[in-house]
Amino acid sequence: MTVSSEARRSRLLLRKANGAVFMVFCFLATLVGLIMLAVLLIDVLRDGLGRLSYDFINSFPSARPEKAGIKAALWGSIWMVGMTAVFAVPIGIGAAIYLEEYAPRHWITRVLQTNIANLAGVPSIVYGLLGLAIFVRQMELGRSLLAGSLTMALLVLPIIIIASQEAIRAVPPSYREGAFALGATRWQVVWRQVLPTALPGILTGIILALSRALGEAAPMIMIGALLFVPFTPSGPTDRFTVLPIQIFNWISRPQEAFHHAAAAGIIVLLAVLLGMNSIAIILRHRFQRRLRE
Amino acid sequence: MTRTAFERQLTEIQDDMLALATMAEAAIERSIDALKNRDVELARQIIADDLKINEKRYNTEEKCLELVATQQPLASDLRTIVAVLHIIVDLERIADHAEGNAKLALMLADEPPLKPYIDIPRMAQKGIEMLRASLEAFKDRDTERARAICEMDDEVDALYEQVYHELLTYMIQDPQSIQRATYLIWVAHNLERIADRVTNICERVVFMVTGHVQELNVSKY
Amino acid sequence: MTTERAPLLVDARQFVKPEAGRPEPDAGSGRNIVEVRGLNVWYGTFQALNDISFAVPENRITAIIGPSGCGKSTILRCINRMNDLLTGFRAEGEVIFEGEDVYASGLDPVDVRRRIGMVFQKPNPFPKSIYENAAFGPRINGFRGSLDEIVERSLRRAALWDEVGEKLRESALKLSGGQQQRLCIARALATEPDIILMDEPCSALDPVATLKIEDLMRDLARNYTIVIVTHNMQQAARVSDYTMMMMMDENRSGVLVEYGPTREVFTNPKDKRTEDYITGRFG
Repeated sequence: MTVSSEARRSRLLLRKANGAVFMVFCFLATLVGLIMLAVLLIDVLRDGLGRLSYDFINSFPSARPEKAGIKAALWGSIWMVGMTAVFAVPIGIGAAIYLEEYAPRHWITRVLQTNIANLAGVPSIVYGLLGLAIFVRQMELGRSLLAGSLTMALLVLPIIIIASQEAIRAVPPSYREGAFALGATRWQVVWRQVLPTALPGILTGIILALSRALGEAAPMIMIGALLFVPFTPSGPTDRFTVLPIQIFNWISRPQEAFHHAAAAGIIVLLAVLLGMNSIAIILRHRFQRRLRE
Repeated sequence: MTRTAFERQLTEIQDDMLALATMAEAAIERSIDALKNRDVELARQIIADDLKINEKRYNTEEKCLELVATQQPLASDLRTIVAVLHIIVDLERIADHAEGNAKLALMLADEPPLKPYIDIPRMAQKGIEMLRASLEAFKDRDTERARAICEMDDEVDALYEQVYHELLTYMIQDPQSIQRATYLIWVAHNLERIADRVTNICERVVFMVTGHVQELNVSKY
Repeated sequence: MTTERAPLLVDARQFVKPEAGRPEPDAGSGRNIVEVRGLNVWYGTFQALNDISFAVPENRITAIIGPSGCGKSTILRCINRMNDLLTGFRAEGEVIFEGEDVYASGLDPVDVRRRIGMVFQKPNPFPKSIYENAAFGPRINGFRGSLDEIVERSLRRAALWDEVGEKLRESALKLSGGQQQRLCIARALATEPDIILMDEPCSALDPVATLKIEDLMRDLARNYTIVIVTHNMQQAARVSDYTMMMMMDENRSGVLVEYGPTREVFTNPKDKRTEDYITGRFG
């Protein structure tokens, strides 16, 4: 009797040991990611924090590194992201609603679905080419914010559509059934039940999309965002530049001082990203609280 | 087969009922034997055994109650249980009538019989036949048979009339015999009641099978 | 099993008084609020219902019982055309609701559903406040006027007002299971339906909540017609005035086996299949 119980105990210890090893491995994997992130942040902060100042944010770029500021790029980015949102959000949510609620379960719908997913994986420079050909040249919008944000909207549309679809799909069918049983039309069900419930998920999708839009340089370069912009945009037809391009510009210069400026620019970019995410998270939290309480 | 425990319990109460019927049948037969043979010991035994019959009835009743409470019987199961509940009451009353006859046998044992007992044992025999047949009808769920048994009650009623008039004649002719004659009339009356009770049992059998309560023993009057 | 047709000399039923508050099934208006004639239903190529015909009497509770998968819920959902939401659904036959065939080509399912209330198996209050839940029906149907009255009236009728009258703005999801289900009933009542369909309304609830809802059903039956699908035979026996027994035929389509007053179906069913199912000998 004692022999088998000892054998059992040693087997149990082995199983526990395996579990512990696996846990340590996962922990280290997490640590690696965190450490890399920390290293990056620390490097950037060390490099650029000194350069950061009100003047920096409020001045235009200049040939002289000490005077260079990020004002144009900052405002350009804000305009660009804003206009992208204006185009991409309604179209994206609308497409998601159609695909989830109205589209018949046909093979055509499935093909559509697959293609949207594929579009999310297309390299951003292809969108840049597309934007250049259609918006800038064909529609003669020129190298304006309008063309740039339309291009960016195309880029981020698949993200919004897919995330919104997931959120809509996650709405319990019992809510829909309950609403239908009371005599609601499909539109009423969507507007009054599905959308409010799916809103947190949709907002997440929008955050992801706009964060991507903020950070993309290649398509904007193709569109023809400027490298040296001594003004802030005052309308959708103006020319513009964005933060990633400005940062890239400064990094490419040989002078050390410009590298500091670039680092400071990265900090600004991160700050804007953080700000956007925080607003979205607050909004999402508020909607979720309303649903749950 | 689902509900095996329920099936078993359902069979058990029906078996209990049949056992009770056998005890009642024995009581009827023994009481008439005690009368014929002026057997005081037997009569006393029958009176004592009646307690067992009562106990058996209450036992069975409790089992039925438990079955209803725990198993929620419906449809034919429910009707069966309800039928059993009613029939055991009738059986216990039948045994009470037999016990009554045993007490009368005790009282008649001192003196020689007024006349040879012919019709009274015949009534008892008919009653026993009817009782047996009614339980057969129950087992076989046979409503035709149940109805037919009720016809036999008319025969018992006729025998009772006969016994009654005969004993009346005795009483008129010989005042000394009034006491014994009266006792004998009571014995015959008990046996007639027994036959009536059996028709009740038959009504319950019909109810159990068809779900309708139907009066089967309509008086000729 | 054939029923006896011999003349009844003494019918003992005359001595049995009907349960107080439960009207005799054969008395009353006698009007049928829903009549189903020859209903056949397919999901794609699978036939779910085979030639179903029955009637739902007004202001009575009709129960539909039967084993799983025999189409009880399908029948219910055909009455208010909720099945239209499922792909591949096809129905033939007539479902006459208040004189009109619900499947007639001119009729809008949305309009039908407004006049028919439905309560589901798992309580499904919306993730909104109690007030908003009760007000949802009238709101989407374009009601203009004081919703407060409607909300209070519906909650009172559903025997919920005493418990939630003070906290109408709280989330409905905070209520207990039984309360949530009563809220769903109130929600259905708010649109003043003529008939309420209940699909196993108590199966997700504890026994006490179940009994409360059964009491509520009997109260409601005075003013509304109720059709309830239930797995629980004791519940069907307790609550309903009429019972329909459904079963699957050899093609796994649902067929109507027996239909009659509850009292008779549960003490003396006419069809052997009903007998077997009720006494648990089935399967």
